[in-house]
Amino acid sequence: MITFMNNSDSEEEPCNERTSLMSAESPPVPSYQDGLQASEAGEEQAHRKRRAGSSRGPNAAGEMSGSAAPVRESALENEEEELTLKYGAKHVIMLFVPVTLCMIVVVATIKSVRFYTEKNGQLIYTPFSEDTPSVGQRLLNSVLNTIVMISVIIVMTVFLVLLYKYRCYKFIHGWLILSSLMLLFLFTYIYLGEVLKTYNVAMDYPTLFIVIWNFGAVGMICIHWKGPLQLQQAYLIMISALMALVFIKYLPEWSAWVILGAISIYDLMAVLCPKGPLRMLVETAQERNEPIFPALIYSSAMMWTVGMAKPDTAPRGPSQQTWDAAEDEREHLRSPSHAESQMSETRSPAPTRPITALDELEEEERGVKLGLGDFIFYSVLVGKAAATASGDWNTTLACFVAILIGLCLTLLLLAVFKKALPALPISITFGLIFYFSTDNLVRPFMDTLASHQLYI
Amino acid sequence: PAFGLFIFTIARDPLRIIILIAGAFFWLVSLLLSSLIWFIAVKASDPQDERLQKGLLIFGVMFSVLLQEAFRFLYYKLLRKAIEGLVALSEDGCSPISIQQMAYVAGVGFGLMSGAFSMVNLLADALGPGTVGIHGDSQLYFLTSAFMTMVLIFLHTFWGILFFHGCEHRRWWEIAAVVIMHLTVSGLSFCNPLYVGSLVPSYLLMAATAAWAYLLSGGSAQNLRRFLLCKC
Repeated sequence: MITFMNNSDSEEEPCNERTSLMSAESPPVPSYQDGLQASEAGEEQAHRKRRAGSSRGPNAAGEMSGSAAPVRESALENEEEELTLKYGAKHVIMLFVPVTLCMIVVVATIKSVRFYTEKNGQLIYTPFSEDTPSVGQRLLNSVLNTIVMISVIIVMTVFLVLLYKYRCYKFIHGWLILSSLMLLFLFTYIYLGEVLKTYNVAMDYPTLFIVIWNFGAVGMICIHWKGPLQLQQAYLIMISALMALVFIKYLPEWSAWVILGAISIYDLMAVLCPKGPLRMLVETAQERNEPIFPALIYSSAMMWTVGMAKPDTAPRGPSQQTWDAAEDEREHLRSPSHAESQMSETRSPAPTRPITALDELEEEERGVKLGLGDFIFYSVLVGKAAATASGDWNTTLACFVAILIGLCLTLLLLAVFKKALPALPISITFGLIFYFSTDNLVRPFMDTLASHQLYI
Repeated sequence: PAFGLFIFTIARDPLRIIILIAGAFFWLVSLLLSSLIWFIAVKASDPQDERLQKGLLIFGVMFSVLLQEAFRFLYYKLLRKAIEGLVALSEDGCSPISIQQMAYVAGVGFGLMSGAFSMVNLLADALGPGTVGIHGDSQLYFLTSAFMTMVLIFLHTFWGILFFHGCEHRRWWEIAAVVIMHLTVSGLSFCNPLYVGSLVPSYLLMAATAAWAYLLSGGSAQNLRRFLLCKC
């Protein structure tokens, strides 16, 4: 089945910051790959299925097994099995690092730039204000806000899935490009302005214009087209951080927490229910052997065109791509990650060397993919903890560890189930539990201990 | 120093990082439960009574120590299971990571988390203006806190090794020794602000524990000499 990390959240914002991340290249790619894809997909699938059977959790050691895997299927199969299992831990780390980076950026900004903690109004998706006198009223308003927000998300997701189903690619791409444009330029401008204000650094408009123009242009190219993997990852992280900051600023207090909880439930349902929009999206993409919109997913080992699609580890040739793409969809998180060095070497398309590519393909690993929405919501949780908790860093740290552990568990489940799984529920649940308990229970304890300088 | 330990020994291997984070998580959970107990106790008692509060605090600390050790044990059990899984997974039949490495990493995880929780708020406050000890408290507050935290982190690491070793070889006295040492160190911190009483014994204890752990891990005086004298 399809293993996918939650990529639904992109739909939340009508601005489609996330959704816009789809690669504009996906239509051309399938045409390339139609040739070999049938046969390859078949054998790849066989490989994968067998591998899937024996895979364990991400606790597999990250050793690299021998690199010279013969092309023969049986040997490949065994090799791949072990590779898959072995690289489990590596995948986890490959996801840990970007999530950590995103959180660090968000927390650093929250702590230093005052702008993001001031309440300057609300988004139209949360129409009910929380400045009400009574607790009950406030609670009611936050629940209503949540309902509005979730319905917006559902509508957007269904809309996107419908568009995808009916092959309105141009529309989707246009939408995504528009969103990412807005994200990259407008939000970056605001962010930069606020940071400069905080540190009292003067910058003239021409310089600002040049900086933002370059940043935005390179970002657009990287995300929607080809670019170095690390740059693309960096841009995706920055976009997620910006989005998370916007959420933190504009969502009222209680609504934010209720929304976080509701989102994880929605995520659970959208990905696991047979009629869930996300699941349909992934399945459709898989049927068509197309990569899923690169703008929506963070991939730890990306190919220049496929971006999100399954372990895009097939940078080699389009044939490899399709094959890998198809397989990766299945493996998704589970597949071993591509060695990035190998990827960068094989970046340039080599349609004339499909055979050799095949060999290398066997040795390559696939990356895991995590939806950008997951990044955003993790960062929102940690950022809110940093912004509003009175226990300051303790709470933030606790939420951070909780989220990482949730991610670990999710990846473990992914390896066990080999299907697309929602990444939000476990982590957000842990995060919420830890936030509230640390803030209310641990903080007084630690404060008292610290004031007496006792150590436990 | 603890962070340096992390970078040099753990950051290379992803499996160790996972074990580290899981260790930190377990410590956090134990802290959560112990503070829950303390909180309940405080709420149920009279907030005005100073002595009672102090007594409750001491009780809370001891309870927390016991809980931490209990969680260390649970973590050990979990890691045992994980090792079996890893052995099954690996192709040459032996685990990619030994139980001792795991013990070390788990200890570091515990230590880092406890150190972080002890220090980080302090550090954040230290960035702001003000002087230390303005109300008649000791002026060495920050310094001693830093040293104490460091010693605690190291101690956690060594206790991790000792504890796991004791569990492996079923030497209950080792486990008991770890628990008692932990209790002692926490108890010594009650002597603060009489720093001589708490820091010095803690450091001595740490040195002793370090030597013990080193010996347990297979080191010996010869190894040490070779290491120090030549890099071969």
